Amino acid sequence: MQTPLLTFILRQGDRSLVLAQRLLEYITRSPEIEEDMALSNIALDLIGQARILYTYAGEFEGLGHDEDHFAFQRDPDQFLSPILVERPNTDFAHVIVRQFLHDAFAVPLWARLAVSSDTTLAGLGAKASKEAAYHLRHSSAWVIRLGDGTDESHERACDALNALWPCTEELFEIDEIDAELFTAGVSPDPTALRGEWDRTVDEVLAAATLTRPVPPTPAVTGGLSGLHEDDFDRLIGEMQELARAHPGVEW
Amino acid sequence: MAYVTQSEPESPAHSGSGDPELEARFLELIDADERIEPTDWMPERYRSTLIRQIAQHAHSEIIGMQPEGAWLTRAPSLRRKAILTAKVQDEAGHGLYLYGAAETLGIDRSELLDRLHTGRQKYSSIFNYPTPTWADIGAIGWLVDGAAIMNQVPLCRCSYGPYARAMIRICKEESFHQRQGYQIMMTLAQGSADQHRMAQDALDRWWWPSIMMFGPSDAASIHSSQNTRWGIKRFSNDEIRQRFIDSTVPQAELIGLTIPDPDLTWNAERGSYDYGEIDWDEFNRVIAGDGPCNAERIERRVTAHEDGSWVREAALAHAEKERARREEVAA
Repeated sequence: MQTPLLTFILRQGDRSLVLAQRLLEYITRSPEIEEDMALSNIALDLIGQARILYTYAGEFEGLGHDEDHFAFQRDPDQFLSPILVERPNTDFAHVIVRQFLHDAFAVPLWARLAVSSDTTLAGLGAKASKEAAYHLRHSSAWVIRLGDGTDESHERACDALNALWPCTEELFEIDEIDAELFTAGVSPDPTALRGEWDRTVDEVLAAATLTRPVPPTPAVTGGLSGLHEDDFDRLIGEMQELARAHPGVEW
Repeated sequence: MAYVTQSEPESPAHSGSGDPELEARFLELIDADERIEPTDWMPERYRSTLIRQIAQHAHSEIIGMQPEGAWLTRAPSLRRKAILTAKVQDEAGHGLYLYGAAETLGIDRSELLDRLHTGRQKYSSIFNYPTPTWADIGAIGWLVDGAAIMNQVPLCRCSYGPYARAMIRICKEESFHQRQGYQIMMTLAQGSADQHRMAQDALDRWWWPSIMMFGPSDAASIHSSQNTRWGIKRFSNDEIRQRFIDSTVPQAELIGLTIPDPDLTWNAERGSYDYGEIDWDEFNRVIAGDGPCNAERIERRVTAHEDGSWVREAALAHAEKERARREEVAA
């Protein structure tokens, strides 16, 4: 049984790594060379966040596991990332809207973790909040360009927004783990994060002339407890294939 | 982004092609080892040669992202994944500086990309070889980037200023790429038996294509003498190839790998390695488009470009609307 803190650390690390893995699938397929550069830069930041979190998870767990253990030696159902970040790169609109809905959440999350009572998380929060602010600037600018661009780009942005919207509920899910950590001053209050996320999303969607999807759409959840969608096993399997074929060696 | 089709550029400011005084002044600058800048007069053939060379270099950076990109999702450790991601990002950046340098010669990027996509301009044929194993990532860094550095360091002193300056920055990053590649090979060569085999197999496959990267032997090189006169080329293909072989052979020995050339021997008299005959038929075949991955590489590039056209149109449409809104406010 994992302690609440270990679960929290892994959820954040898995969110960053799974999103990075999706972005890496897209490199060399971007509409502009500038985007290959920007998206690989964002992926690099996300990998960096995951490495810090997995290293911390290993220290905290005390079983001698290093960062690579958590990335390469766990089964797909042990990954605790929200469904949003595993959604596929259907087109550039999906890549960007997924990133935007994520970044609007990551910015207040890291900013609040920067004042966590846990010093490792506070240090990471200070670093990652700067990175996330840049990611959000990038993804917001594209959501606006696509929404306010041509009829086709508007329609594609709408489709992506409608397809991904049901996955956003999970970002703010509160279970006993969050409740305990929040009370201890380790993690931020998900309700406060939601307020900030709502403001960012509403502001950018308005500038993009996009309409916020109206509930009720059934929320798509499960990722935070290891229940993922169909393509997830393949996504993680591809990442782990080589590392698992040669156990115990150095790379 | 709108497509502008244009022929080789002829800027009116430089229409004095053939003027002996201008040409004499141009050659004086070259002889004094000064840089030619975009606003200086230059012979049209100097301009078109540079456009061809810089564009080919830019295209190589962009196409070169593909064989490595195939391992971004499969790199065997997070550290390696981060390093490879940074490297591929650098390559996109190099492509952009180089397209920028080419644009100073009066041609735009969309036209250069169109020439790449339609096969009218080439990229380094080394990227038409596949990367079936992780060791290929090591071999590309060590050998392909190593060879590229040998070719590129002299270009930091190329007579055309914007190209020379782009190369200074690019060479710094390439040297990091070369080191990370050699480090991957060293780790594999000194790792498990399987890893060692993987490293040797990659060296076996990449050695000959790498030494072909320096181009045809001096006797067969068609562009060499004019480019040397114009300060675009500082050393001959064979000179740089020899330098690469001399520095790479001891690196292979150091990590216990064997160069796949039975004729490779140290020539004490020359102070260099003698090497076996290069299979120029293979070189010409791959350049002509018959390499293992030519079609796949171009197809990926063209698909990304075509799939992205609605995105580029959206960005332009939005920028246009923004401009109109600003003007309305100002009015």
